[in-house]
Amino acid sequence: MIGDFSRTVRLGLKSLLLHKLRSSLTTAGILFGVASVIAMLAVGEGASQEALMRFRDMGVTNVLLRSVKPPDTQQSTQQSMMSFLSYGISYQEADRIENLVKDQVPTAEVVRVRETQKGVTRSEHWKSTVIVGTAPNFLDVTNMKVAEGRWITDLDMTRQANVCVLGASLARTLFPLENPMDQTVLAGSEDRFRVVGILEYQGRAAGPQGTTLDECVFIPMSASRRRFGDEQVIRSGGATRFERVELHEVKIKLADSEQVEGIASLLRDMIRPEQRPQGDVEITVPLELLRQEEESKRMFNIVLAVIASISLLVGGIGIMNVMLATVTERTREIGIRRALGARKKHIISQFLVEAAVLSALGGIVGVALGLLIPYVIEEVFKQTTVVLPFHVLLAFGISALVGVVFGIYPAWRAANMDPVEALRHE
Amino acid sequence: MAQPADNRPVIAEFVDVHRHYQMGENVVRALNGVSLQVLKGDYVAIMGRSGSGKSTMLNILGCLDRPTEGSYLLGGEDVTRMPDDALSMKRGRDIGFIFQSFNLIPQLTVLENLEVPLFYQNRIGPESRAKAEKLASRVGLGGRLEHKPMELSGGQQQRVAIARALMNDPLFLLADEATGNLDSNTEKEILDLMDELRGEGMTIVVVTHNPKVAERADRTVWLKDGQVEQVVDNRQAPAGARS
Repeated sequence: MIGDFSRTVRLGLKSLLLHKLRSSLTTAGILFGVASVIAMLAVGEGASQEALMRFRDMGVTNVLLRSVKPPDTQQSTQQSMMSFLSYGISYQEADRIENLVKDQVPTAEVVRVRETQKGVTRSEHWKSTVIVGTAPNFLDVTNMKVAEGRWITDLDMTRQANVCVLGASLARTLFPLENPMDQTVLAGSEDRFRVVGILEYQGRAAGPQGTTLDECVFIPMSASRRRFGDEQVIRSGGATRFERVELHEVKIKLADSEQVEGIASLLRDMIRPEQRPQGDVEITVPLELLRQEEESKRMFNIVLAVIASISLLVGGIGIMNVMLATVTERTREIGIRRALGARKKHIISQFLVEAAVLSALGGIVGVALGLLIPYVIEEVFKQTTVVLPFHVLLAFGISALVGVVFGIYPAWRAANMDPVEALRHE
Repeated sequence: MAQPADNRPVIAEFVDVHRHYQMGENVVRALNGVSLQVLKGDYVAIMGRSGSGKSTMLNILGCLDRPTEGSYLLGGEDVTRMPDDALSMKRGRDIGFIFQSFNLIPQLTVLENLEVPLFYQNRIGPESRAKAEKLASRVGLGGRLEHKPMELSGGQQQRVAIARALMNDPLFLLADEATGNLDSNTEKEILDLMDELRGEGMTIVVVTHNPKVAERADRTVWLKDGQVEQVVDNRQAPAGARS
């Protein structure tokens, strides 16, 4: 049986090679269908995995409140020479938030974050970065870990200690050769901090104000308030702006993702425009974003499936067209084969196999092209793509199936010719 | 019609065969009550003018068509009402077709063409190849197994076709104007080859309008208007006596 099948396949190939141009053009229809399906799936999968990863990094049981500069005041501050702007979450509000959350979920962790943009210096090495003032429970909320030394302690908080923990990349930048532990770094121009710990490398996790967490310096919240104060002076183009921001972020970690929705709506109530007309607090719920991303991925897949079906349908019509032409051209051959003892099923399988070979060839080349395109996209556009083996199998399988399905009618027609008529055909 | 009195087995038998076609309003009676026996070892020619029913008779003999009335027994088996699949198998096993235009499959080599009849009986393997080689040398084409039909002359192609017809050890060879596309020298070669095969015990039925072909046969069946007009014994002293 295997021998018979391989003989039929070889016969199919031979017949297809009789019309090289026609066969390759027909194959091209399937080829581009398969290639574009694989490529689109790879790009979609890459984008969505990246997004999912980002939201997972934020923590699916977290709710984040962030101070944002009110959009409408941004312009007016630039025009006057001196301006004063106060916005964001205050210490008082943070207390209210914490009480509210802990009322509902006693096990919740709430951590406050202050950010100060400063240059950090160690001998001849300098880097502009963000100094994050925060509390001991920051690590629990963000799922980060200390690689070396220790994290900020309650004692550091009460003593307003000038100690700091460095992000992994920053540690390497400032201390390329020596061990940073117990060395001091200079923040701004006068404040020295002793390095007590280095964080594990986080990789892609996005940090505050355009940096990554790996590049930040972490100090006790109390020290941050004492050294840097709540006001920042920003001089740009001759204008001087004072900005007062007490807290940049409040991160809330809940024990269970099922608690997220309730807390999020509670907090949304709190920062509603009626309550805060400035609109200077933003809420981010990674779980919701994750769900949205999953939903949009589902939509994307449906759209893709429709496009794929259409393109493969077009390819299938091409195959049917060519197979009908082939059957007509080879009417006499069909008659001969019938005279030599071929049953209908033999004729059907001959032409079905031929159609399947035609589309499978397109499928194989299409898979090759479909693997190449994501690679090129990744190289040229720096866009992550992910090719799942399942998608490749799916695209190839559908292409072979299309060949068979669209080959059925031509093969049926071939098999049901009257042998006498077929033999008489010129 | 005279019944042969010898005890050779009957290979093919027409019993009052009718074949009618519906052509619009009219019924065309291509065969109108034909009876005929072909015995093992017979060499029968079927002649007649166009429209006499020759082709219809050939098609029914070759199991490509069925009688409307009457019956056709092939190798003792009534094939008149056989379903298509069984009829196809019968065709593949018992009949060796030789056509006017050779009808080799152009994209296949000589060897592959020879193997086609056995392929449809699931008999492909080393033996089928050996048999193809043997028959190719039998018809004088031993060195051309890997050639395509287009690379051969008409006579050579017809030799391949004859070898192909012998591949399945058929009950009889059924030739349809086998020399119609050949020049007279080649025609003679092919007819000589068929004589040789007949000498080896093969049963042959030829359908022709060419007297030179028909005179090689033992007897000629003349058809006219779908009926047997006369049967002419081409040998005055046949091996099997007729009453």
